Amino acid sequence: MFAYIVRRLLWAVVLMFVLSVVTFSIFYVVPRLAGASPETLATRYVGRAATEETVHLTAERLGFYDPVPVQYWNWIKGVFTGAEYDYGAGVETCPAPCLGYSFITRQAVWPELLDRAPVTISLVIGASLIWLIAGVSVGVISALRRGTVFDRGAMGVALAGVSLPIFFTGLVGLAFFSYRLNITAPGGQFVPFSENPAMWAYSLLLPWITLSFLFSAQYARLTRAGMLETMSEDYIRTARAKGLPEQKVILKHALRGALTPVVTIFGLDVGLLLGGAVLTEKTFSLNGLGKYGYDAIVTGDLPKILGVTLVAGFFVIIANLIVDLLYGVIDPRVRLE
Amino acid sequence: MNQSRSGRARGLAAVGVSAALLLAACGGGGPGGEQVPGTQASASGFNAASTGVVNPSDKKGGTLKFANPGDWDTLDPGETYYAYAWDFARLYGRSLMMFKAAPGKEGNQLVPDLAEGPGEASSDAKTWTYKLRQGVKFEDGTEVTSADVKYAILRSTDKETFPNGPAYWEGILDLPAGYKGPYKSPSANTDSAIETPDKYTIVFHSKAPFAAFDYLTQQPNTMPVPKDKDTGAKYRNTIVSSGPYKFADLQPGKSFNLVRNDQWDPATDPNRKALPDRIEVSLNVNADDIDNRIISGDLDVDIAGTGVQPAALSQVLQDPNLKENADNPLAVRNWYTSINPTVAPLDTIECRKAIMYAMDHTGYQTAYGGQFAGGDLATTILPPNVPGYTAFDLYPSGPDHKGDLEAAKKSLEACGQPNGFETNIAYRAERPKEKATAEAFQQALARVGIKLTLKPYPQGDYFSSYAGNPQYVVKNKLGLALNGWGADWPDGFGFLSQIVDSRVIRPAGGSSNTSVRIPEVDQMLDQALTELDTDKRNQMWGEIDKRVMEEAVIYPGVYSKALLVRSKNATNIFVTDAFGMYDYLGMGAQK
Repeated sequence: MFAYIVRRLLWAVVLMFVLSVVTFSIFYVVPRLAGASPETLATRYVGRAATEETVHLTAERLGFYDPVPVQYWNWIKGVFTGAEYDYGAGVETCPAPCLGYSFITRQAVWPELLDRAPVTISLVIGASLIWLIAGVSVGVISALRRGTVFDRGAMGVALAGVSLPIFFTGLVGLAFFSYRLNITAPGGQFVPFSENPAMWAYSLLLPWITLSFLFSAQYARLTRAGMLETMSEDYIRTARAKGLPEQKVILKHALRGALTPVVTIFGLDVGLLLGGAVLTEKTFSLNGLGKYGYDAIVTGDLPKILGVTLVAGFFVIIANLIVDLLYGVIDPRVRLE
Repeated sequence: MNQSRSGRARGLAAVGVSAALLLAACGGGGPGGEQVPGTQASASGFNAASTGVVNPSDKKGGTLKFANPGDWDTLDPGETYYAYAWDFARLYGRSLMMFKAAPGKEGNQLVPDLAEGPGEASSDAKTWTYKLRQGVKFEDGTEVTSADVKYAILRSTDKETFPNGPAYWEGILDLPAGYKGPYKSPSANTDSAIETPDKYTIVFHSKAPFAAFDYLTQQPNTMPVPKDKDTGAKYRNTIVSSGPYKFADLQPGKSFNLVRNDQWDPATDPNRKALPDRIEVSLNVNADDIDNRIISGDLDVDIAGTGVQPAALSQVLQDPNLKENADNPLAVRNWYTSINPTVAPLDTIECRKAIMYAMDHTGYQTAYGGQFAGGDLATTILPPNVPGYTAFDLYPSGPDHKGDLEAAKKSLEACGQPNGFETNIAYRAERPKEKATAEAFQQALARVGIKLTLKPYPQGDYFSSYAGNPQYVVKNKLGLALNGWGADWPDGFGFLSQIVDSRVIRPAGGSSNTSVRIPEVDQMLDQALTELDTDKRNQMWGEIDKRVMEEAVIYPGVYSKALLVRSKNATNIFVTDAFGMYDYLGMGAQK
């Protein structure tokens, strides 16, 4: 098991490296292949009154005149050894891991990522717990009461949850619960957990519910389908024949078998969302990684885009590793080699 | 997402926002808000704040809550270049001159701020002297001197450190050759450009006459910066205030607050009331949520000042209560289309005039959002809120404003194209309004046989590589190019210099002027800048406007407008013509 984990972590490093090269290529190489000159690239980062000299100076400052491999080398060197940044009135040292400075805001990227990560982590942890518990519970009950009013109603609500986008449910939720009834926090009111746990939960309650409404629907349907399949297996009949209590049959035997696909999807969903729940963060004005990445893409802020992509990739890789490890726990038939 | 799904998504978003707005509005919201006891409110109603003060009050205290759907370009007054940022910067900085915090046209008046009075000009308008008020202090208690103002201006000329800001000083002041700003040229003698003979006197020397110098000195880059506290590109996070408020809790990209600057002395500042105790600003807030929150009373101002989102627009216009509490000010902006005389057959004036007559003007307005969100039909380059504006219409588009097809056909015959011709029209791909306008042009001009092909380009380098690149324009036959200009300040020079002066057109591209190459106009611009009499100078701007329009190289579309919703909590709500949005300096709070 230990060797397996070490191997997977080493592969994770390789994957991160590949991810950085691919991302760098997309944003630094492809424009060049499309004919963009260093000056053309630099025009995105100057004001409307910029002269040719200003454009040239900006292209120079941002390293656009260097060959792309040199630009990449400078960036990757900063990740491991840090970098220096000239802010005009002086030079600042950016300690490792230095993911560069924003082309637009001139802020170091890594501290901003660290600052925004807790928002996304808070959002995803809370929402994922809600959707997992709610989705699996509803799925189990629906499977056991197949064809009943509850089953049909639950699947109908699940369909609505999957169909309605977050920017609809979120805005309606804000208007009704926050601004009309004043029972949930307005948009953009995140309070760190370390500052006040109760306010932290209050500030995220509506985003949690909105995000989990979208996902719990999928999990309810998935769990229901999995339960219906495992409940018809021979070993379930055997368990009942042996006289096991029905609750034990369902929770220990049937549900366990049905959870494998749920765990897989859960890991992927959490991993992806940790990289940035863009729509939710934009709708509720939460300053997390998703919104950070979205704003970076809109403004073409390449260091920020690189930073968010790497962080998102890291979370996906780690989430997949955890999911693979959990297989062995959930399903004894699985052995990790 | 394919087109139908994206359309459905947009529809759902609009429905969602409309539903949200309905819920927010139902929560309450009569017009005007609470009355402060003992004060007489001005008449409220739709667009009342454009000409008067809504909820006038001198009550101090309370908190104003602002939200920005994006982020500041920078809070550094030496580099910021957004209209709302210039409006807001007056809260934490004092420039030599400033626009008066007053409603309507009075807001276009320049009044002395840090200076005791307007600049005193030499007879050739090349030397300008300002005397500073005494006793003005930074937030750390040190007195503001002329050296601090000089330093502020000089640092703003360093375009390597500050690439985003306006670039007037570099072109106008007589700076030493090769000067690169105080960081890279620290020992350069800059007295040829700016002298500070004593602590309270500052003297400017320009390369050429510049009669409108007071407009230059109202820029935020004249707000003083103490040299020993300057941190270059990082100063945006450590600004030393000279205004009635100073920064607190600045979280870049997220939020900041302004709290009272206890070193601000109202005796030195006749322009500011500084009513609220605190101003809270949230950044990168969902634009639709901002509208919801203003309507419900949770927020006071959308600081961008560019109007409500499309979903809120229909809601506000259809709800009498909401509409009564809204304003529709003119921005200092004209959305127009360049007609390029470098692309045949538009090198013939009559072919250009055919376009001027044939275009459906109401179609242009509709494409930009209609009467309220788009703007008023434009027939001149200067908008009505810019001094020097003269009303005229050289190319009447018929009683219904849908185009004069007869006149267009006559022009086509005169230019030797009786059956029309083909050309391309450029627009910025990320701007749906420009795409809609290009389509409106296509449909309107097809009526007289002019066939347009739409050519979208990325907005990031629209001017540098495509519509503003002279060679590209000719090679790709871009006869028309969607365009627009918002003045840096409301005067003829601020509005016209970058869009009608042929000398700003660069072979490498990048200029907003893509079509005006009239030597006579260049001379008229130079002449206007030597005219020290403001009224005469304004008249000259109007004449330049007309001369350019005679050449039919610009099709004025709409004088831009926006629909703003008033806060329930704010007092002294009025629109300043200087910025075409609510004046943030005079606003107060009820709680």
